[in-house]
Amino acid sequence: MLFIATGAAAAVGAGAVAWPLINQMNPDASSIAAGAAVEVDLSAIKEGQIVTIKWRGNPIFVRHRTKKEIEDAQNANLGEMRDPQTDAARVKKPEWLVLIGVCTHLGCIPQGHDGQYDGWLCHCHGSVYDTSGRIRQGPAPRNLEVPAYTFLSDTKLSVG
Amino acid sequence: MSGPSTFVPKSALGRWFESRLPVMGLVHSSFVAYPTPRNLNYWWTFGAILSFMLGAQIITGVVLAMHYTPHVDMAFNSVESIMRDVNWGWFLRYAHANGASMFFIAVYVHMLRGLYYGSYKAPREVLWILGVIIYLLMMATGFMGYVLPWGQMSFWGAKVITNLFSAIPFVGDTITTWLWGGYSVDNPTLNRFFSLHYLLPFMIAGVVILHVWALHVVGQNNPDGVEVKNVEKDTVPFTPYATIKDSFAVVVFLILYAWFIFFTPNFLGEADNYIMANPLVTPPHIVPEWYYLPFYAILRAVPNKLLGVCALFGAILILAFLPWLDTSRVRSGKYRPAFKVFFWLFVLCALGLGYLGAQPPDDGPVLAARILSLYYFGFFLVILPLLGLFETPKTPPASIADAVLGKGASGANH
Ligand code: HEM
Ligand code: FES
Repeated sequence: MLFIATGAAAAVGAGAVAWPLINQMNPDASSIAAGAAVEVDLSAIKEGQIVTIKWRGNPIFVRHRTKKEIEDAQNANLGEMRDPQTDAARVKKPEWLVLIGVCTHLGCIPQGHDGQYDGWLCHCHGSVYDTSGRIRQGPAPRNLEVPAYTFLSDTKLSVG
Repeated sequence: MSGPSTFVPKSALGRWFESRLPVMGLVHSSFVAYPTPRNLNYWWTFGAILSFMLGAQIITGVVLAMHYTPHVDMAFNSVESIMRDVNWGWFLRYAHANGASMFFIAVYVHMLRGLYYGSYKAPREVLWILGVIIYLLMMATGFMGYVLPWGQMSFWGAKVITNLFSAIPFVGDTITTWLWGGYSVDNPTLNRFFSLHYLLPFMIAGVVILHVWALHVVGQNNPDGVEVKNVEKDTVPFTPYATIKDSFAVVVFLILYAWFIFFTPNFLGEADNYIMANPLVTPPHIVPEWYYLPFYAILRAVPNKLLGVCALFGAILILAFLPWLDTSRVRSGKYRPAFKVFFWLFVLCALGLGYLGAQPPDDGPVLAARILSLYYFGFFLVILPLLGLFETPKTPPASIADAVLGKGASGANH
């Protein structure tokens, strides 16, 4: 009885101490606060241009897509994709593509206007993304992620 | 560490102390009287070289830490100030950075020695596995150390390697966020890496003690792979024989080490690491430190993320299973004609993977890396198990004395 009670108390105690030791490594209050939304002025971004801003330590791509880029993205064959998604599901306005610029393979920043689909090419291990940021070739498992964003006006975007 | 010590200190003070804490007797039985096989060659000096390098890394590291600042805004500049302002700072940093490379050169020689002479076979399985643990800890230490100067390669190396964990199904992203302490590699990451980079070498030192303990329980293997049968005839005492031979080898190794430090200190490094870390720019061609390149090539050879990461870790962990994968009755490669061929092919394969790991991920190098990765795994999973069944080994000598002094020496009377 005494053994069981002591053992149980020790197990609960060890768990109660282990959790703070593990959890202290998670993002602290200041890192979470630093994740507040950032604003982007869209009027400065010309058609065909990609602008990179920083949010939560990561690059965000804001791409002002050309007609051709939009058409390519919309007409692509979903059947040949690893992570099939329509272009419409990835944008709010077709001319504005907003993405987290982190390769879903191992985290490098893909190079814009590059690769077979003229979307992005990640030079680290050769992942190819199309003009919708969808993975088309290479080792990355998923499409480039779309962050939460809203259009504050026609020329103002808020990311985060 | 082999049986009760018969050591009796000469001075009265020594005897007084020894009867209270028999540490001198422990050192005497482990490093003075300890019997070492008389047929050991110079490949057996790398254990001493490794111990020396661990000491060198700890000493240079502790003094570097007196001048280094683990903060994203200051780390890069503090390392530059070590190079320019701190008295002898350039020397200490080059000694530490090249010391890591020398440490890995030594550990690779040491491991290949074990592989060739069958040092992992019974009764040395635990000894071998402790070695694999040391190797893993070294890889973690070297990786986190390389992040500290906070250059471009530091940052992007850290990003890619920590992202390996994001391949774990379901909990991968939670784990990477936990490792980073944020949403990307950032100040919290640098801070914890510094803390762990300071800690791990002392954990290595602890495992080294277990490793040497295990070694002294089962005894050293030797080039002929036959166990010691007669301590008188088959062995010589550690001191002076092994002590002087090991010291000589350390000195020769130091010449190579010094050559790197003084003549080509950045040869093994990457120029990009002299550019301060920029989370918004990935260098066009990122490569890890040379000692990780074979595993990096294996990672890139697999077109699927999760499987690639499994192959990378599998390539290292498979070493721990080596004692049970090799089915041959004969221990030393010296008496295994077919094994020898496959062993040297394995060495070439590892070097080839290392070369390919540094190439851009184009079709040619990736295809070559696929072929070599198949050989790498095939060597452990197919060749070694089958070889023991099909190979006709030569007959090893009956004893170490026979091997050194010719047949019949073990029976001859002195
Ligand atoms: C197992 C032994 C060790 C290995 C393999 C190792 C490896 C490394 C490596 C590869 C670097 C990067 C060097 C560069 O490119 O600048 C580094 C940096 C550093 N290490 Fe270690 N290290 C070891 C032990 C230690 C210890 C015990 C300390 C004690 C605090 C330490 C403190 C540092 C510091 C402060 C730096 C940053 C300064 C610099 O970059 O030169 N290291 N280490
Ligand atoms: S990180 Fe982009 S392909 Fe590996």
